[in-house]
Amino acid sequence: MNKVMSNKLVLTLYVLPALCLLLGIVYVPIVYTGIYGLMEWNGISDMKFIGLDNYQKLMSDSSFWNSAKHSMYFAILSTASLLPYLLVAVLLSGNIRGVNIFRKIYLIPMLLSSVAIAQLWLKVYHPTSGILNTFLESLGVAKTPAWLADPNLVLGALFIPILWQYAGFYILIYYAALKNIPQSIVEAARIDGANAWQIAFRIKIPLISEVIKVTVVLAVVGSLKYFDLIYIMTDGGPNQASEVMASYMYHKAFRTFDFGYGSAVGFFLLLICLAATWLIRKLTASKEKIQYS
Amino acid sequence: MNRKSMAVLMLLASLAWILAACGGSANTGTGGNATPQNGGGEQSGEQVELHLMHLWPEGSSLAQYNLVNQIVDEFEQANGNVKITIEVLDNEQYKNKLKVLSASNSLPDIGFTWAAGFMEPYVNGNEFANLNELLEGDLKDQFVGGTTEAYSFDGNTYALPVELNIVPFYYNKAIFEQYNLEVPETYEDLKNIIQTLNDNNVTPFTLGAKDAWTASFWYMYLAERLGGPELLDEAVASNTFTHPDLIEAGRELQELVDMNAFIKGFNGLSNDESKTEFLNGNVAMFLMGTWEVPNYTTNEEIPQEFRDSVGFFKFPVLEGGKGGVDDWVGGPGVGLFVSENSDHPAEAKQFASHFVKRWGELSVTEAGVIPATKVDTETIDLPQMYIDLLNELNVANKVTLYLDVQMKPVAAEAHYNLVQALLGKAVTPEEFAQQQEDVLQEGK
Repeated sequence: MNKVMSNKLVLTLYVLPALCLLLGIVYVPIVYTGIYGLMEWNGISDMKFIGLDNYQKLMSDSSFWNSAKHSMYFAILSTASLLPYLLVAVLLSGNIRGVNIFRKIYLIPMLLSSVAIAQLWLKVYHPTSGILNTFLESLGVAKTPAWLADPNLVLGALFIPILWQYAGFYILIYYAALKNIPQSIVEAARIDGANAWQIAFRIKIPLISEVIKVTVVLAVVGSLKYFDLIYIMTDGGPNQASEVMASYMYHKAFRTFDFGYGSAVGFFLLLICLAATWLIRKLTASKEKIQYS
Repeated sequence: MNRKSMAVLMLLASLAWILAACGGSANTGTGGNATPQNGGGEQSGEQVELHLMHLWPEGSSLAQYNLVNQIVDEFEQANGNVKITIEVLDNEQYKNKLKVLSASNSLPDIGFTWAAGFMEPYVNGNEFANLNELLEGDLKDQFVGGTTEAYSFDGNTYALPVELNIVPFYYNKAIFEQYNLEVPETYEDLKNIIQTLNDNNVTPFTLGAKDAWTASFWYMYLAERLGGPELLDEAVASNTFTHPDLIEAGRELQELVDMNAFIKGFNGLSNDESKTEFLNGNVAMFLMGTWEVPNYTTNEEIPQEFRDSVGFFKFPVLEGGKGGVDDWVGGPGVGLFVSENSDHPAEAKQFASHFVKRWGELSVTEAGVIPATKVDTETIDLPQMYIDLLNELNVANKVTLYLDVQMKPVAAEAHYNLVQALLGKAVTPEEFAQQQEDVLQEGK
């Protein structure tokens, strides 16, 4: 087996199909998006090369920066929500009763498609017949909010289903990482007299710091690119109050026939995501890998 | 990679992928067009597959949905070699998909488009086939005067109108009776009705302004009743939007919001969601196009009792306003186009012609929607509401074409946001008018 795997030709053959697919459906489109971003093009007629005009326009486009602000808001909230997920995972990784049930409860929303989740939460938020407002009314709240129609509330209202949707995903990642910690280390600490609190914060969490970094990147980049649920629930409205970068790109390209500009937004979004990833890596870079063994 | 990143990546990829496909040759990969390429087959008896895309899902537009199927079946039976595949999307999805498909030159052989500003990019991009020959031949003198013009550019017609709609108020007679309300003669009457209904905890109007074109009806009517039948057409034609009556209309609309005339949370509700509230009898009135009429006349899915209790009235006149009660918002709705890039243009045009003729006959008797072709109502038994509305259309003084359809895509998109902002009090009427003018003057 080792002989086969060290054969360069075989290696190339194994890697090639995946590489072609990746090139074809990820990298080539990215390059094209970059090129289209330099064009004035309505998607139908001939393209006209206009250099960086689209990007210049982007810099002074208040609607775009508004949507960027909303994306940032989601990114910050998503990152902040990682902490409770981590705590839940730590709890679950201890030998508490009914762990399996809890794991399943947290994971189920992840199995639903975004469309189904959006439909579900549309019903929850319905201004008159939704269970949320019905519940508030039963508590005696006289003026219940119109969650998705109020520009001040819509972002928060959208974040709840997003939180709900991804909780299981992050908890599962943390849970798996925590379960990978050798039991001997935890036992050694316990013999040395560490309490549960110390074991969690001094031993377990530092040991999975690499995984935590990955989840921060996932949460930030995922939030910056978030699209589907927002598109279905509010379509960026009312009056762009919940417009995010990806939905703005979509609206520019597909609603107003400005594919050139839409592509520029898409490409800029890619750059922002790369920059965010790089920045997070930089900020969290540790000099040496934490190891206790 | 988690699913949200995946979803967005797919979107990014598909965006570029679709764009990429345009430059190349392939028609594959966009999922819509199932037209096979019959390279070098015989000329006669050749199997032809046509792709038809329409926007009447079974759930919300049952009458139209059935009608399309019936006409397609008939056509297939009469032309054994033609097979027609049908794809159905709802309104918003339909609009989006049309753009995606046109970007890759893979529009369905036959499909529907809206008039004027909406179809202009497609016409300029040579996506729609010229249908003059049909209008001069097969379909000569079939259409109601003035309907084909909305689909014409420089004297060439690129789509065949199938609908003609106006926008009345539908109202729930049972609710009106319960509170001793009469159909309003003036705008003041209407405001009194709103007041009475609010006093009794009944929502006066349902409105799904998440789909902002529904809110645009309100703005259009107020502007028209204030400034007269030519006001809006002239505003769009001259790219100005600062006429005092256009600003005043915004003020009136915000006053209605202040009066709680509309259903709670209207800016977050889709048209379908808001319609459900009316169909459930929770809301007294609904301002919507005549394509809704089958739901109140012939649609068996909706209880007879409710259908019997729905009536309609015209948007009342405003005191001192220049608009009359017989001025309507409306116009030809969707029209049938044939793709310029169709592999079987002859068959596609033949089907289009057949479709329009049969639609004209059947839409009256079977579906109760108003076609753009001439109708003889004398000889057929039709629901009263339908006949009444058809008569209204016949005596209409003027039908102002929907603002969003009149405007070019960028201005129309801005109009949607601005109407939502106006209703949500995020802009003043003056800002509304100024911003609309700014974007109109961009000319895009």
